[in-house]
Amino acid sequence: MRWGWHLIRLWSLLVYGFMFLPVAVVVLLSFNASQFGSFPMTGFSFRWFVELWNNDAIMRAFRTSIVLGLMTALISTTLGVLASLALVRYKVPGANMISTLLIAPILVPEVVLAVALLLFLNFLGLHKSFALLLFGHVIFTLPFVILVVQARLVSIRRDVEEAAMSLGASPVQTFFQITLPLMMPAVLAGALFAFTISFDDITGTLFWKPGGVETVPTQIFAMLRNSISPEINALGTVMIVMTVGLPLIGAAIARQLARKSGT
Amino acid sequence: MSTVTLDNIVKRFGTFTAVHPTNLEIPEGTFLTLLGPSGCGKTTNLRMIAGLLDPTEGEIRIGGKSVNNVPIHKRNLGIVFQNYALFPHKSVADNVAFGLKYRDVPASEIPGRVQKALDLVQLPDVGGRYPKALSGGQQQRIALARAIVIEPDVLLLDEPLSALDANLREDMRVELKRIQDQIGVTTVFVTHDQSEALAMSDQIVVMSAGRVEQVGTPEEVYNRPASEFVANFLGASNIIEGKCTGKDAETAALDVPVFGHVPVPADKAPQVSEGAAKLVLRAEKLQLMPQGADTTGMVTSEAVVETVDYQGQTVRYFIRAGDRQFQAINMIDGHPFAEGTTVTAGFRPIDCAALPG
Repeated sequence: MRWGWHLIRLWSLLVYGFMFLPVAVVVLLSFNASQFGSFPMTGFSFRWFVELWNNDAIMRAFRTSIVLGLMTALISTTLGVLASLALVRYKVPGANMISTLLIAPILVPEVVLAVALLLFLNFLGLHKSFALLLFGHVIFTLPFVILVVQARLVSIRRDVEEAAMSLGASPVQTFFQITLPLMMPAVLAGALFAFTISFDDITGTLFWKPGGVETVPTQIFAMLRNSISPEINALGTVMIVMTVGLPLIGAAIARQLARKSGT
Repeated sequence: MSTVTLDNIVKRFGTFTAVHPTNLEIPEGTFLTLLGPSGCGKTTNLRMIAGLLDPTEGEIRIGGKSVNNVPIHKRNLGIVFQNYALFPHKSVADNVAFGLKYRDVPASEIPGRVQKALDLVQLPDVGGRYPKALSGGQQQRIALARAIVIEPDVLLLDEPLSALDANLREDMRVELKRIQDQIGVTTVFVTHDQSEALAMSDQIVVMSAGRVEQVGTPEEVYNRPASEFVANFLGASNIIEGKCTGKDAETAALDVPVFGHVPVPADKAPQVSEGAAKLVLRAEKLQLMPQGADTTGMVTSEAVVETVDYQGQTVRYFIRAGDRQFQAINMIDGHPFAEGTTVTAGFRPIDCAALPG
């Protein structure tokens, strides 16, 4: 029996190693002083981060990704909150169907969604643009926001809102005074989801981005086609910090908020 | 403080009628209870008065003015919900102050009024705490403070005691009544608990299946039930079908199986006329005695104890007399009768009421 447990433990370690070692290697090599983005390491240096900072193409891609991510988060969260409110709090005819439709983009393979949206735009005679890229990102981040916010909203008792209204708050005041603060952890979580998913996305982005616009993932992709520069390792490290660190911070803030509100 | 009037109110949900045409006048300052089993329409009525539901037909007036088109946040009501419904993200003081912010109360007066409300519910020191730090009973007191601090025209209580445990419930019952007396606000209380209704109300409205069965003081609905439903819902009753052989200004003479002739006081048999009638005999009024006891002034029958349900201070017996079963709830004097004992079961006719058959 004891042997069995040891084996299982070892196996788990191997699985984790398989999953995370490549990531660790990227982070490690981003601090390598050598010309080549591979072992052996020849010294510790921030050189590649500095190069990254001075690389206009990458910095432009970075700014694009940040702007795109923030706008996606803002629009997705706003739409997601409104949709969740409508679906949970009001009797909408066909609510189940609408809910399924809104969640569907998660289930459809991204390539299919990407091609479909592109074909649709061709059909309408529209050209690729930043707005289209943003639109695409909103479509497939929206389900995450809706799932998170809806789950929270269901757990907010209706009678708390009714109590606020009975005390003289109008429906709008009730929303801002009661409902929104109570679902804030979910709203923040949803926004973070939307941001990181948008920041990370490559499939849809490759299809939708207009010429000359690069996001960080498509920029890395383009750079890899030429050569494996150590800059990519540095960029990878920055990406990891952003996409792993942000949600962690977000979760911590959400927990803090939730604790304060006692729910 | 205002009179509340329900004028021919009907509420339908799709094809289901939750409230059949209802007329009700709740005088200023009255503590009125809507009493009935779940699904009888009592909560629907309360929610219509609150403005949380729109009546399908009819008019609701508060203080003489129709409120059909007045949304809930303009009705100036205090509502206390079954599950407290405190705002979990606001402190107790902010909870109580919430309603004042939407009224023309100068900001400098708010802390004073909040404190006064907290004093009234006897929790003067919890203003800085959050609701989750309070017990259920304390939370319900804060909910009450929050509802009355705005000096509402009407106070609506939606089963406010049901979520509390038994001992606390009785304390809160007394407390709630004291506060209502003190501020004199017109109050509508919804409950399915007959003892709460009897203990607290000025007026009780007994409802069943969307209809009002009886309106009256606690004593009236208890002693003079207007229907079999009311007789059974407020405590346990034995309903014995028989006939009325004659009625004058004093008494209605009933003839029932097992017990024979029972002269019921006429004022407790207002709807009865000669012909088929039912005798309403409360289980508490049916007294079991050893055989041969003094039964002067009583109507009696010999009976056999079938089941004994011991409840401490009282005991509930199921007895068989003739071919019928009766229920008796008696105070325990010495030892309860054992199952199988033959006893004399008797009651005074003046304790009975009668309904048409």
